[in-house]
Amino acid sequence: MSTNGLIGRAVKRVEDKRFITGHGNYTDDIVLPHQTYAAFVRSQYAHARILNIDTSAAKEMPGVIAIFTGADLAAVNGVPCGWQVNFKNGDTMKEPKHPLLVADKARHAGDAIAVVIAETKEQATDAAEAVKVEMEELPCVVDAAKAVQAGAPLVHDDVPNNKSFDWVLGNPIEEVNEAMDKAAHVTTLDFVNQRLVPNAIEPRSYNSSYDPVSEKYTLYTSSQNPHLIRLLMCAFVLGIPEHKVRVVSPDVGGGFGSKIFHYTEEALLTWCSKKIGRPVKWTSERSESFLLDAHGRDHVTKAEMGFDANGKIVALRVKTYANLGAYLSTFSSCVPTYLHGTLLQGLYTTPKINVDVTAVFTNTTPVDAYRGAGRPEATYLLERLIDLAAHEMDMDPAELRFRNFIPPFDGVQQPGYQTQVALQYDSGNYEGVLKKGLEMVNYADVRREQQEAAHNGKLVGIGFSTYIEACGIAPSAIVGSLGCRAGLFESAQVRVQPTGKVSVYTGSHSHGQGHETTFAQIVADKLGINLDDVEIVHGDSEAVAFGMGTYGSRSLAVGGSAIMKSIDKIIEKGKKIAAHKLEASADDIEFKSGNFTVKGTDKSIGFGEVALTAYVPHVYPKDLEPGLDFASFYDPANFTYPFGCHIAVVEVDKETGKVSLKRFIAVDDVGNVINPMIVEGQIHGGVVQGIGQALFEGAEYDDNGQLTNASYMDYCMPRADDFPMFETASQVTPCPHNPLGVKGAGEAGTIGSAPAIVNAVIDALWSGGHKVKDIRMPLTPERVWHAMVDA
Amino acid sequence: MSTRIHVTVNGVEYSHFVEPRLLLVNYLRDVLRLTGTHVGCDTSSCGACTIHVNGKATKCCTMLAVQADGCQITTIEGLSHNGELHPLQEGFNECHGLQCGFCTPGMIMTAADLLQHTPQPTEQDIRHALEGNFCRCTGYHNIVKSVQYAAKKISEAAVVH
Repeated sequence: MSTNGLIGRAVKRVEDKRFITGHGNYTDDIVLPHQTYAAFVRSQYAHARILNIDTSAAKEMPGVIAIFTGADLAAVNGVPCGWQVNFKNGDTMKEPKHPLLVADKARHAGDAIAVVIAETKEQATDAAEAVKVEMEELPCVVDAAKAVQAGAPLVHDDVPNNKSFDWVLGNPIEEVNEAMDKAAHVTTLDFVNQRLVPNAIEPRSYNSSYDPVSEKYTLYTSSQNPHLIRLLMCAFVLGIPEHKVRVVSPDVGGGFGSKIFHYTEEALLTWCSKKIGRPVKWTSERSESFLLDAHGRDHVTKAEMGFDANGKIVALRVKTYANLGAYLSTFSSCVPTYLHGTLLQGLYTTPKINVDVTAVFTNTTPVDAYRGAGRPEATYLLERLIDLAAHEMDMDPAELRFRNFIPPFDGVQQPGYQTQVALQYDSGNYEGVLKKGLEMVNYADVRREQQEAAHNGKLVGIGFSTYIEACGIAPSAIVGSLGCRAGLFESAQVRVQPTGKVSVYTGSHSHGQGHETTFAQIVADKLGINLDDVEIVHGDSEAVAFGMGTYGSRSLAVGGSAIMKSIDKIIEKGKKIAAHKLEASADDIEFKSGNFTVKGTDKSIGFGEVALTAYVPHVYPKDLEPGLDFASFYDPANFTYPFGCHIAVVEVDKETGKVSLKRFIAVDDVGNVINPMIVEGQIHGGVVQGIGQALFEGAEYDDNGQLTNASYMDYCMPRADDFPMFETASQVTPCPHNPLGVKGAGEAGTIGSAPAIVNAVIDALWSGGHKVKDIRMPLTPERVWHAMVDA
Repeated sequence: MSTRIHVTVNGVEYSHFVEPRLLLVNYLRDVLRLTGTHVGCDTSSCGACTIHVNGKATKCCTMLAVQADGCQITTIEGLSHNGELHPLQEGFNECHGLQCGFCTPGMIMTAADLLQHTPQPTEQDIRHALEGNFCRCTGYHNIVKSVQYAAKKISEAAVVH
């Protein structure tokens, strides 16, 4: 496929220079002429009625320009949800909008009550503290399972039982029950997939301005998808003309899902900028980030997996309560449903599956997609069950997986695999990744070492996770039929300049993924030009025609495919131009290594000369337009389905319960690889986020709805000295339905790693005779110790 | 009420009247417009704001500008000389030690301090030195390799000279 060998090479990143020299351009780095600054008055309570707001003293403070409250925004819509899920009975989900400033009551700690705009950050903060808010605290609810019980406090007065929706997928429950009843063995787990705080190191930041002469707004936003923000803000919240709004996402310091969503502050600052006629900037403090950036996970689940006497899975039954927080964030409703329930086939031939989800409002921070989004929850569920089942049935966990794997299929010679839960897998070789993982870990040796350790009174454990995910999000018609209120295609414009240099305008957005390198490799490879001759432009609605942004490991599979479509159009037109110059038929022209050649001859002209001819069309085909510049939209035919095998080796300290990670092996199959260095980096980062969930992280609410660990002093972030060097390898099973054969690598590490760690700890405890079924994540020394002594 | 401070930042002398409550990081970012030093938290936990004050790695989000009066300061913008990247900057590029780049300046400044007093660190030395700098992207693996690359390059250069 490659013409100059750039595809598949570990090319060093071209974007690095600005970051390593301190010249990155993040939103908070931008200061506009006549800049003003916003600070918020936020609810201290998780649930409280607003009785009175007194801004009189604050308005007299130095530097204060304006103060707005919910009353000022009575005519402005709240922020809507982007994905409609229906109740089992067909009713539309309950979706109260998130007001830009709450006027009646606060529904989670941190809900915004007023905004103060001043000349400096400090003046805005001082004045916000001087706003007097009288509130009546109301009873609150933080736990999803409790929120649906009769008599629970109502987060939204008009949403009965705090239920946003209930939802079911898979085989009829009667069939699943029947298969389960006949099972020779049933493994049951009641567990929690705890709430996580995304914690991109760059806090969210917005800077919005309005020019009264052109009547144009400009919003700089730390967003993963500027065009989607523009669409939501213009069409659904503020009702302002889309063509008069420019949204720019400059350098963005990590997202992990939390910067996908349209946040209230983006629309509010934009509204304020017109009101006061000056640019308004707000950058979240870390303590605000903890309370406001959409959290991840938070499922309470009961899951049962039935096996026949030979260890074949015969049924899976799942009941989950998903906590969505106080409001439906942009993609919140699809996470516990279409990104979770649809993945419960896993890598296994399970013939009967039923998943039942109840999505619930609570007085907590909204919950939405966080790296992996639903798929880590599905993988955790399946991989914990199968490892535990192996212990209970006294079988080897690797062997139990081999017995249940879907056999290899390439999606070309063999058809895709139709699951019981709506999806059709594109291609896979699941045995392959587990075999490779076993080789890498030297399975027989580590099992022997485990026995020796147990003999010497030490607890060593080996844990597996074989995962699959659905990414390359997503075919528009399919997601539309499932309730998505947007298309999920991608756009790309490839503009060849007269000198043969190339500018690419992509709707994908890089916030660490390295698109400026990977996408340039594709273009340079396919056009046979130097990497330096390609520039990737992204993140500016004024430069890029449209975009759906970056999340769900979609950039390469969808955005890269859109680039490929434009490249194909350029080569096709280039052939016509070359044919005219070479006095041959376009059908006889072949393009290779940057040259257009008449087949079977040595007559050829270079790509640069064709480019120049397109813009200086003196000798030129009569029926051809000048220029060499093509835009394309690519709508994928299916999701892509990366998969892999993660293996953890841990040691558990018997005295303290402390878990030490000794080795971590990751074999991932993400389809074809454009830049192995970047893919490996994505895996490393993802693995650490998954291990973070398993061992360190978790949002803790008290009964009053206060997030008790809302700072880096309290929330345990993974640190450099928590990890060994990782052992990674890749297998390649190309995606059969996109032109690059790629699947996506952004979330794989996070999806695979957490259950491997927990399984390893459980395995260590069983090796010492502690028959523990579950330990709630994060596996702190205290929890592991209690599990040991209580078992 | 303002207080006059004199500081040398990246070899350039500055003198400004500042509010006593102005944080050093905001002085660098907002007054001097050196925006390579970042703010990731407000508790001296994440390390994105790490600079060198009188040669020592310092988290400047919890230091006041007035405390820096008379100090020699180096920020990420001052690390390369005559257009030549510092070996750590080179290492981070060579070993893919950064993704979004937000933590990178702080990481590099912390690692630069480490290499000043421990020129040939072990993997554990590096991990220990960086445990006060958060990275959410890389999983630290390639950051460790980047520092190892720089240490090797610096020690090789020392042998040649």
